[in-house]
Parts: sequence; C-alpha cells; structure tokens
Amino acid sequence: MSGRLVQRPGPAASAVFTGARLLDPIAGINEVADLVVRDGVIGGDPDGLERVDAAGMVIVPGFVDPHVHLRTPGREDLEDLASGSRAGASGGYVAIAAMPNTQPPVDDAEDLTRLLELAERDAVIPVGMICAITKGQEGQQLTDAAELARIGAVALSDDGVPVGDAAVFRRALQYQHLAGLVLVLHEEDRALSGTGAMHEGAVSARLGVSGIPAVSEAVAVGRDVLLARYESGRIHICHVSARETVDEVRRGKQLGVAVTAEVSPHHLLLIDEDVESLDAATRKMNPPLRGRDDREALIEALLDGTIDCVATDHAPHGASEKEQPFEEAPFGVTGLETAFAALYTELVLTGRVSLEVLVRRMSGDAARVIDLPEPTLAEGAPANLAVIDLEATWTVGADGFVSKSGNSAFLGRELTGRVQATIAGGQWAWRN
Amino acid sequence: MSRRSLIAIADLDRDDIARILETSNRFAEVMARDIKKVPTLRGRAIINMFFESSTRTATSFELAGKRMSADVVNVKGSGSSVDKGETLKDTVLTLNAYRPDILVIRHRAAGACVVAARHTDAAVINAGDGKHEHPTQALLDLYTLRRATGTLEGLHVAFVGDVLHSRVARSGATALRTMGAKVTFVTPPTLMPRGAAEGLGVDVSYDIRDIGDADVVYALRMQHERMGKGGFVPSLREYATEYGIGHHRLRPGQLVMHAGPMNRGVEITDDLADDPTALVTTQVESGMIVRMAVMFDLLTEPGTRKGSDAVDEAVAA
Repeated sequence: MSGRLVQRPGPAASAVFTGARLLDPIAGINEVADLVVRDGVIGGDPDGLERVDAAGMVIVPGFVDPHVHLRTPGREDLEDLASGSRAGASGGYVAIAAMPNTQPPVDDAEDLTRLLELAERDAVIPVGMICAITKGQEGQQLTDAAELARIGAVALSDDGVPVGDAAVFRRALQYQHLAGLVLVLHEEDRALSGTGAMHEGAVSARLGVSGIPAVSEAVAVGRDVLLARYESGRIHICHVSARETVDEVRRGKQLGVAVTAEVSPHHLLLIDEDVESLDAATRKMNPPLRGRDDREALIEALLDGTIDCVATDHAPHGASEKEQPFEEAPFGVTGLETAFAALYTELVLTGRVSLEVLVRRMSGDAARVIDLPEPTLAEGAPANLAVIDLEATWTVGADGFVSKSGNSAFLGRELTGRVQATIAGGQWAWRN
Repeated sequence: MSRRSLIAIADLDRDDIARILETSNRFAEVMARDIKKVPTLRGRAIINMFFESSTRTATSFELAGKRMSADVVNVKGSGSSVDKGETLKDTVLTLNAYRPDILVIRHRAAGACVVAARHTDAAVINAGDGKHEHPTQALLDLYTLRRATGTLEGLHVAFVGDVLHSRVARSGATALRTMGAKVTFVTPPTLMPRGAAEGLGVDVSYDIRDIGDADVVYALRMQHERMGKGGFVPSLREYATEYGIGHHRLRPGQLVMHAGPMNRGVEITDDLADDPTALVTTQVESGMIVRMAVMFDLLTEPGTRKGSDAVDEAVAA
C-alpha cells in the first residue's frame, strides 16, 4: 500500500522540451531528444504544444525527499506547506515527505486529515505525511497506525527523537505487520549524546564544545537492526552520519534485514572542521557534521548502495533562534533548494560520483524507501521531472531563499547546476 | 580603524603573544608605583558583561579598565534584562548603542562571543565562554610563567585533572604550544576530551606519575557545576587520592599553578595551596596587569611604531 501524495489541484502541464539530454538511469534512458509532456503525462502528440528550448540542459526524473520538516502545524513562521513545497520545486523535487515533529506532533487521524487538506490547498508539489510512531512522540504509546495508514500516511517516524525504549520499538515493529508503514528512524542513544552539540573528536576537543560520539548513532542502529531482524520488520535509517553506522547498515543488509538508509547533502560534503566558525545557523545540526573519514565512508556507501538515497532533512529555523551561542542554538539546516547543485558541484564535477548515480539516489531510490511511486521519463508516466542547466552557476542565498528560512549549510557557496523548471504531479511547479 | 577582538587564543600568533607579554611588563612597572593609575584609556568605555559568576576575572577586568582611566560599567546576568529572557544578541545590540570601545563577555555557552562580535562595533574580549576558551587567563598564565622561569620555549607544563570541562586548559595549552612549550594532560580517563592529543597537540596520560617530567604542574578545578548528573569520577575522595596535587607528588623546583577558585583537599592539598612557592597568588596579581595590556593592545595599533610609542606614552609617569 502506498501513502497519499497530495498537491493543490491545477491545470495539467503541456509542453515540448527541445534539444535536452534526457537522463533516466532507472528506465535506461540517456539520449538527446525532444520530450513531450501532454496533459500532465509523458509522451503523446507534440502538435500545438508550447515549445520550450532546453538545448544544453538535462531533463531527469524529479527528485524525491523522504525527510523534510515543513513546520506545519505550529511554526508556520519558519515554513509552511506553500513555502516548503515551493522550495522543493525550486530544487527539482516532485515529491517530499513531511516529518511529524510539529507542534503538536501529527499523531492521530484528525491531525493527519487536517494536514492533508492543507496540502491540497497549498502544496505546489505532491507532499506526503509521515505520522508519529508514538503518541506525542513520547516514546510510550503506539499511534493508531492502521487508521493512519488507511487515511494515507506514507510512513511512521518519531524523527527528532529516537524511540528510546526497546520494548516499545519492538511493539511498533510487531504492529507494522498490520499497519504496513515503514518505520523511519532518527537513531541516537540520547544518554551517549548527552548535551553534545557537535561531533566528538579532535575538533570538539580543541573547541571545548560537548561532543556527540559517532557510536551514539551506531549503537542505536545496531539495536534496531537486530530488532527488525527478530520481528521481520522494515526500517529506514535517517541521516546516516558515521562510518560505524554505515557498517551496521551494511551488516543488516547482508543479514537480509529490510533496512534502508539515507544520507544528507551536508553530511556528504561538510565535516567537523567546518564547525570552527561556531556559526550555528550553517553548522549546527543533529546528527552533527562528522570527521573526514566518516564522510569518505558515506560517499562510498552512497556509491555501493549501502546507503540507498539522499534526503535533505530540510529543517528551517529562524535567524534569531539560530543566532544564539553555538551550544544553545537549535539543531538543523535547510536543504531542498541546494541539494542537487551542492552534490553536483562537489561530487559529480569532482569525479567522485556519476550524474547517473546521483540522479538515481535523489529520485527513484529515494521514492522506494518510503514506498512512493518512482518518478520516470518513460512514456505514459505522470510527468514528474526537473529541467536542469548544468552550466549555470549561482551563489547560495545571494537572491534570498524560496524557503521562509535561510539557515542553509551552503550559504554563500558558489554552486554549479540550477533547476530551470520542475513539473510535479503533472503540473508546472517551478519555472526559473 | 576596524577593531580586533580576542575570542580565542588562535586569534593571536606568536608575535602577538610576545608583544602582549612585553606590554604587560611595562604595565607591571606602573603597578609598582605609588599612584597606580594612568590616563591611557581616558574617554574610552568598557562594558563588562558577566552572565556567569566570577570573582577574579570580573574584578581584574574592572580594575584594569579603571587603572587606565576608562569608564567601566558592569552588567551581570542576574538583575539585568537577561533575567527577563532577553537574548544575548539583543543585550549586545542594546549595549552597543552606548558606543562602548570594549565588551568583555563571560557566558555559560561556547560560541557566545562569536555571536556578540557580530552585533557590536566594539572589540570583544572573551572572559570565558563555556568550556571553549578563556584567552586572558592563558595570557596571564604565560606572563606568570615567564616571570618565574625566564622563558616559555621548551618549558614543560602538565595540566592535571578535569581537562574535559576546562577552558583554562584548552586556551592554556594552545597558547603554550604557540610559544614553543610542551604540554601534557594528565587526567582520569573519564575527564580526558577524546581527540585531545590530535586536536591540541599535547601529550596525554592517565598516570599521575607522568607529571614527574614537567617543570610546571597546573592543577585544574573539578568543575562540579558543568558535570550535570556527575559521575565522572567515582568519588572526590578517590580523585584526590589518585590525582590530587600535594607536596608528596612534587620534586624540588617544580612550580605549581591553579586558576582558582580552588577545591582544597580535592585537586590541591590545603598546605600546598597556601605554600608561598605556589604561583597561585602571583597568577591573580598578573591577571589585572595582563588584562590592562590586552585592552590596551586591542585599542592601539599593535606591532607598529605608533603602537610601541603608545606603550611608552601609556606608562610615562
């Protein structure tokens, strides 16, 4: 069963994109050709349609983000469904899944229904809702997962907090056999993380900032992989940050456990040495930026598929709450607007990762981890695509942000690769 | 002129530190006179913002400013708008409106001075932010040591005890390494920052006997207030037995330092704390002198002829 993706109803897109390179690694498409979108569907008769000159550009299946924070309900001053979905569209996303750590947390039928109605009113790209694993995300009482699944939740997660009690988590895995929703896990042993604000290592020793050890994440993943194996459950590991965690995920996969994993652009591109500035707005997130060796392990794991996909963990925060001393500011950075360009610039142009692999990991592979349909350029599929100028350079934040918040990890960076247009759910969602 | 700040020891290179120590020597001459006040910073305004408790540092910054004829205002965390939930940024913006020349800031959280410096035109002096840094303490320790030993190059200093929570050890180690000294951290395994050797370029040991090679033994305060639920050592009694510094552990000629306040009977024995050969009170005396030099340094053009003329002028009787 697939959860519901909801967007604002609008006119179906129709256009002929001429001269672009069409690249859909999963469907095996890699050619320079015209692409027809007619009435929101790929293919059909090009006659009479608007012609869009896309020479020199690449058209890819649009990106899917299984992990964003749209701050609705409760903190619409930081992000709402309109601004967050538009930020996604500007980054080439055609579907995003919103985490339930809102105020209040999305943990019952009423909350979910209201949120889906809001998405139907405001979202310019399809948005899915992840609901809490436990009531109030308090780690004790399971939510009514079967009902939530029927209404259309895409997954369950207590993101932001781990399910600390192993017995409660085990029960959630057991109940999954009824409700069927993948459990999306923020992995951390809170006792080990303590008051930590950055990765524990040489840099935290030098800065005197309390450290979050890499094993805080890995021991939690180890526990949950073992429990998922025991209960034949299905889990997805959020924002893997450490080599030790990669090892645990790899071991789980080798044992045949139904475990998938994601990694964020900032963990793939930045390390603890970048925290020297003590700038919380751009450098404080949980899990924290890890060491150089951890980053290498993440890139290798993304390449070999141990890590299935990229997810931004787009986490909008206001300037004033971020402008506190590093140790006291909240965790989180935004990511939807910069994910592709940052990864293209730093991993593809440097030869570490091919464009094909990056597109897969941001699109079809990302959709699969939470059972969403995979965007494709194949004939007859609903149009979910991004038109990208791989030559265009831009400076992050120079023209402001589409998101309501500006706490980007890549603020001020010059990036190459700019999304020129996005069609999501068969509708125009972005045109630069 | 754009003003510099002193937020971390890494803001200073070897020449900067040498110059500040030299300027401190000159201000020490002033303190030897009957009239211990000079007009150097007349017309300048210094605001001391202490969001965390302090006796020594707060007093010495205040006196340092007043000895140089600056207008000095003290703002405490309790009893100010901070009590009413004002953010650090807003407090700094408010105080900045009075056009101070220097903001001295002590705060419970690492990174506070970085935030403050973004919102003021004044020079910011970090008077201790969380476990991060306490650069003027490091400078006064260097000054004290150089007076006692003549040189810092090749000196071996062992910091003993709660390094994990100690901004004194962190700034001190960085400053000493910059000046060519060797540093060893000797701590219980639970109070050693992971990555200290690599991050700070120090030797690390859990064995108290490793202070034997050191010229200087620097006892660190057990920082109960930063330990949360505690449990970092089984008991203070066991800590005192295993790591407490007393005459029994020292060889003749070894110098002893402590930044205060002391937990007598824990990291330092009662009789050693009162021993005139320990440098503890010298450190306190040095504090004011070095802070005068730092404030002076930030408000002049250091390293230039004009700057050194200004020192001569400043200490002219």
